[in-house]
Amino acid sequence: MAAGAQTGSEYIKHHLTNWTFGKDPSDGVWKIAETAQQAQEMGFYAIHLDSMGWSVALGFIFILLFGLVGRKATTGVPGGLQNSIEIVIEFIDSNVRDTFSHTNKLIAPMALTAFVWVLLMNLMDLVPVDFIPQIATYIGVHFFAMDPHHVYFKIVPTTDPNVTMGMSLSVFFLALFYSIKNKGVGGFVGELTLHPFTSKNLLIKLILIPINLFLEGVSLLAKPISHGLRLFGNLYAGEMIFILIALLPLYAQWTLSVPWAIFHILVIVLQAFIFMVLMVVYMNMAHDTGDH
Amino acid sequence: MNINLTLIGQAISFAIFVWFCMKFVWPPITSALEQRKKKIADGLSAAELGEQALEKAKIDVDSKLSEAKSEAKNIISMAEKRQSDILDEANVKASEETSKKLKLAEQEVEQLSMRLKESLKKDVSKLVVEGAEMILKKEIDKSVHDKAIQDLVTKI
Repeated sequence: MAAGAQTGSEYIKHHLTNWTFGKDPSDGVWKIAETAQQAQEMGFYAIHLDSMGWSVALGFIFILLFGLVGRKATTGVPGGLQNSIEIVIEFIDSNVRDTFSHTNKLIAPMALTAFVWVLLMNLMDLVPVDFIPQIATYIGVHFFAMDPHHVYFKIVPTTDPNVTMGMSLSVFFLALFYSIKNKGVGGFVGELTLHPFTSKNLLIKLILIPINLFLEGVSLLAKPISHGLRLFGNLYAGEMIFILIALLPLYAQWTLSVPWAIFHILVIVLQAFIFMVLMVVYMNMAHDTGDH
Repeated sequence: MNINLTLIGQAISFAIFVWFCMKFVWPPITSALEQRKKKIADGLSAAELGEQALEKAKIDVDSKLSEAKSEAKNIISMAEKRQSDILDEANVKASEETSKKLKLAEQEVEQLSMRLKESLKKDVSKLVVEGAEMILKKEIDKSVHDKAIQDLVTKI
């Protein structure tokens, strides 16, 4: 357990609060939030420094690792690192080929980025829950003279809905862009209004338009939300269970944390894979013309 | 669980990472994979070609070998024939030479015997005459008896 004075619920709440930098609504000053309450009051004009920092750092690990291999890629016998990177690339490539039936040079690199990046962010979940936050608290207290209860540090970016929704909304807007580009504005609007209910009678068709628009609109908007929240929810739940296990007495923790961590390895890879596949599927739908 | 600017920050960094991946990661690695695939396919087809060439060469070698064998046989049989020819010729020459030599020797022998006969004749006649002379010295006129002896000589 982290700080001795905390109760269980305080400990959990502390662990679920981000290190937030934002505009304090009471005096309009940009500063680091000292309590979860304050962080919440900051509203939209705030940024989670821990989520952003970890996600960008992990993204850099991804591009440095893969960029290094890409720069030194040999057509001869590959070394160990290149070999493992090639396995990932071929895995993504075959998945994209299976799911995406059009030509777009953006899709495969985007799927690769999403898969590896999300995988790396999910992997942070396997780092014991107090490890890095405790280090952060130590640094905060000793170098910045902060109250230990005011040091918030979450290390799993995918347990932050901003991160997952940021990616799924990017995919959503990209899908909208490609839909309009490939089907035209008319085609896109037609897709939203003339399906799934259709009729040969023009009047009935007109009557059906709002119903179709409602149904298609809901399914359109549900895609990015479910896409982002699925990843967030799985990882958030996993993180939550790790935090709950951390509340147990020290000698009993391993009996639950080890099985959960082993099981969570599956969740981590699976969720990264699902996120990547859904992204490719949505992109494929945005490119499909005619057969609707 | 507050929705805030992190959302946009994440979207921006996602875009940057995707751009980087599209520019510097995906193309070199996939092209390397593609080239390696091509290289391996080329190698395999080259190996197949080599095998075919080897097969052809084997057949070639076999035919050349049998050709050479038959040629060698020819040469040997020709050499054998030539050998027997030479032997025959030598035999003929040798027999000719021997018969010639024999003839010469025969002639010589004949001549010698003739000469011997002549000289023997003379010696015998002389001896006869002498003997007769010794026997008949007092009774027979030499001239008359010479004539008789001469007749005898011619008769011998």
